[in-house]
Amino acid sequence: MNKILEINNLAVSFKTFFGEVEAVRDISFYVGKQETVAIVGESGCGKSVTANSIMQLLPMPPAYFKAGEIKFDGENLITKTEKEMQKVRGNRISMIFQDPMTSLNPTMKIGQQIIEGLINHQGLSREEAKKRAIEALELVSVPQPEKRIEQYPHEFSGGMRQRVMIALAMVSNPQLLIADEPTTALDVTVQAQILDLMKDIQEKLGMSIILITHDLGVVADMSDRVVVMYAGQIVEQGLTDEIFKNTSHPYTKKLLASVPSLDMNKDEALLSIDGTPPDLYIPPKGCAFYDRCDYAMKICKDHMPQFTEHSSTHISRCWLNHPMSKDAKGSEV
Amino acid sequence: MQEPLISVKNLRKFFNVGNGNKLKAVDGISFDIFHGETFGLVGESGCGKSTAGRTLTRLYDATEGEVIFNGKNIFNLSRHDMADVRKNLQMIFQDPYASLNPRMTVADIVAEPLEIHRVYKSEKEKNARVVELLELVGLNEEHAMRFPHEFSGGQRQRVGIARALALNPKFIVCDEPISALDVSIQAQVVNLLKELQDKLGLTYLFIAHDLSMVRYISDRVGVMYLGHMMELAESEELYDNPLHPYTKALLSAIPIPNPDIQRNKKRIMLDGDVPSPINPKEGCRFVDRCSYAIDKCRQVTPIFQEQEPGHYAACHRIGEI
Repeated sequence: MNKILEINNLAVSFKTFFGEVEAVRDISFYVGKQETVAIVGESGCGKSVTANSIMQLLPMPPAYFKAGEIKFDGENLITKTEKEMQKVRGNRISMIFQDPMTSLNPTMKIGQQIIEGLINHQGLSREEAKKRAIEALELVSVPQPEKRIEQYPHEFSGGMRQRVMIALAMVSNPQLLIADEPTTALDVTVQAQILDLMKDIQEKLGMSIILITHDLGVVADMSDRVVVMYAGQIVEQGLTDEIFKNTSHPYTKKLLASVPSLDMNKDEALLSIDGTPPDLYIPPKGCAFYDRCDYAMKICKDHMPQFTEHSSTHISRCWLNHPMSKDAKGSEV
Repeated sequence: MQEPLISVKNLRKFFNVGNGNKLKAVDGISFDIFHGETFGLVGESGCGKSTAGRTLTRLYDATEGEVIFNGKNIFNLSRHDMADVRKNLQMIFQDPYASLNPRMTVADIVAEPLEIHRVYKSEKEKNARVVELLELVGLNEEHAMRFPHEFSGGQRQRVGIARALALNPKFIVCDEPISALDVSIQAQVVNLLKELQDKLGLTYLFIAHDLSMVRYISDRVGVMYLGHMMELAESEELYDNPLHPYTKALLSAIPIPNPDIQRNKKRIMLDGDVPSPINPKEGCRFVDRCSYAIDKCRQVTPIFQEQEPGHYAACHRIGEI
C-alpha cells in the first residue's frame, strides 16, 4: 500500500518545572492512501500530542522532539522550517478539533475564515476564494451557503459549526485529515450525520484520515486500522477486525469490555480498569500497564515487552505473547 | 404496583429570555420513580433533561406542576420543611472539576452537608462519619486532608458521591455523572453507583446522553425531546421495541463497538438539528425532523399515553408505523 504518512520511532517530551514529561515514547505507525486509521486511548495517553506533532502545533519549548521522524509523502516534517511547514499545514494536511466553538474565530464571519486560508495558501483572488468557500459549504451540506458565509459562528448550531470546520479543512483538498475527537462534543444523531459526511467526503476526494477518539463505537464505524495507545506508547495495532475480534493486549481487552453493549445482561458488573495510568514524569521501566493488569507477571515490572507479530498487520506489546508465558495465559478466560 | 417514591406531575419550567420570549425547557412532563429503581432520563443537549432534574429537586422554582415526595408536594413546603426534605434529595453533578470547591479539603467537602443540617453534635462523631463515607466510596482516611486537585477525575467523582451520601438520602439525581470521565473510569463509577444502590437501597434519577450506559444502569428509561417526554418504558422494552420515531432514530444512531454490526447497520438519519426551545410551536415537537409527520402532527400536540402495559409514548402515528 502507498503510505501517505509514516511515523518512525517518534518521541516527544515536555520540559517542565518538575522535570521531563515523556508524553510520546517511541511510536511507529503509518497511514496508507485513502485509509482511515483510528488512534484510541485514555486522556493523557499521547494521542493528541501525536496529532499535534504531525501538524507541528506543539509549543516549543516546552515541547521538543526527542527522536524519530514523521515522513509525510516522503519528506521528514520534523526537519522542516516553520515557513516550509506553513505550506503543509492547513493545505496538504488539515485538522479538525473537538470543540468547534473554540476553534472558530467568534469575531469573524464564517466566509471570511474560509476565504482567508484560500487567499494565503493558494493565492486565489477574493472573488475566486468566495466561490470556492460557497462550494466547500455545499460539500458539507450547509443549507443556503450564500447566506451563511455572511454569518458569525454563534449563529450556527454545534453540528453546523462542525460542518464549517470540516469545510475549512477540506477547502484546500488535503491529502491527510487529522480529526481530533471530531464528534465528542456532539449529540448522537448529529454525530451520525458528521461521521457519514466524513466518509462521504473521503470517498469523493480520496484523502486519508487519522481519527483520534475514545469512542470505540465510532472506531468500529469509521476506521480501517486501529492504533491503541497507553501511557505514551503503542500497545497494540492492527486491522479494525483484528483489534475487535482477535484482541491481544490486556489493555485493549479491558477497554473493549468496559463499554456496555446493547445486548448485555444488566446483572453483570461492568469490567472496570482499576487505578489510573502512570505518571509520565518518571515513566515505568517495564510495561506501563503493569499496575492495572490482571495478568501481570514479575517480568512485566522491570522489563519492557517488545512487539510480537500476530499477523502481517497485527502487533501487540505484551509479555503474555512470549512462548514461556504459556502457563500464565492458560489461566486467562 | 408499589407506591412511587417520587411522582412528577405536569412539571413545567420556563425561563424568561427577554422581550416576553419564553424558553420552554421543560414543558409538561409526568412520570413516577419507584423505590429502589434507577430511572434513566435521556435526550440530546437542550432537551431539558438537566432542567427537569434540577427542578424536581427544587434547585429551580418550577413554573407549574407538582412533585410529590412522601405524600407532599415539595413545591408548597416552607423553607424549614424543605430543608428536611432536602436531606433525602441529593445530587451528583457532571463535572467533578467544577462541583468541588478547590479551596476546601475533601474532609470539609464531605462534612459540609453534615454541618449545614447539624447532624452531629461532636467533631469526633462527624469526623468518624466522614471517614466512613470515604471508605464507602472506595477512598480512605488518608485522602481526607487532601484538596480536589490532587485527585484524578474518577476519584473526584467519588468525593462528589460521598458528599451526596452524607445525609443518608433516599433519592439521588445523577446529572451526567460519568460524561466527563474516561471510558475505563466510567465503568468504575457506574459499578460503584450500582453497588451503593444495593447496599443502601437508593433510588436514582440517572440523567445521561450515553444511551448504552443508560440501558445498562436503568430499570426504566424516559426519552425527552425539546421539553416533552416522548417515550417511557422499561429499559429492555424501550431498546428492543421503541415505538416513537425519535427513539428509533436515537437508538439507531448509537455507534456499536463491533465492526460487523456497525458496518451492516441501517441508520435512520435525522436531518437538521434540534430546533430552538424558545416559543415552540403547537404540535409535536419532533415534527420537523420526523419522516412520518402528517398534518395532524403539526396542529395537535400528541398526548403522552400508555400504548402497551408500562410503555408510554406521545405520537399520533403509533400503530401505523
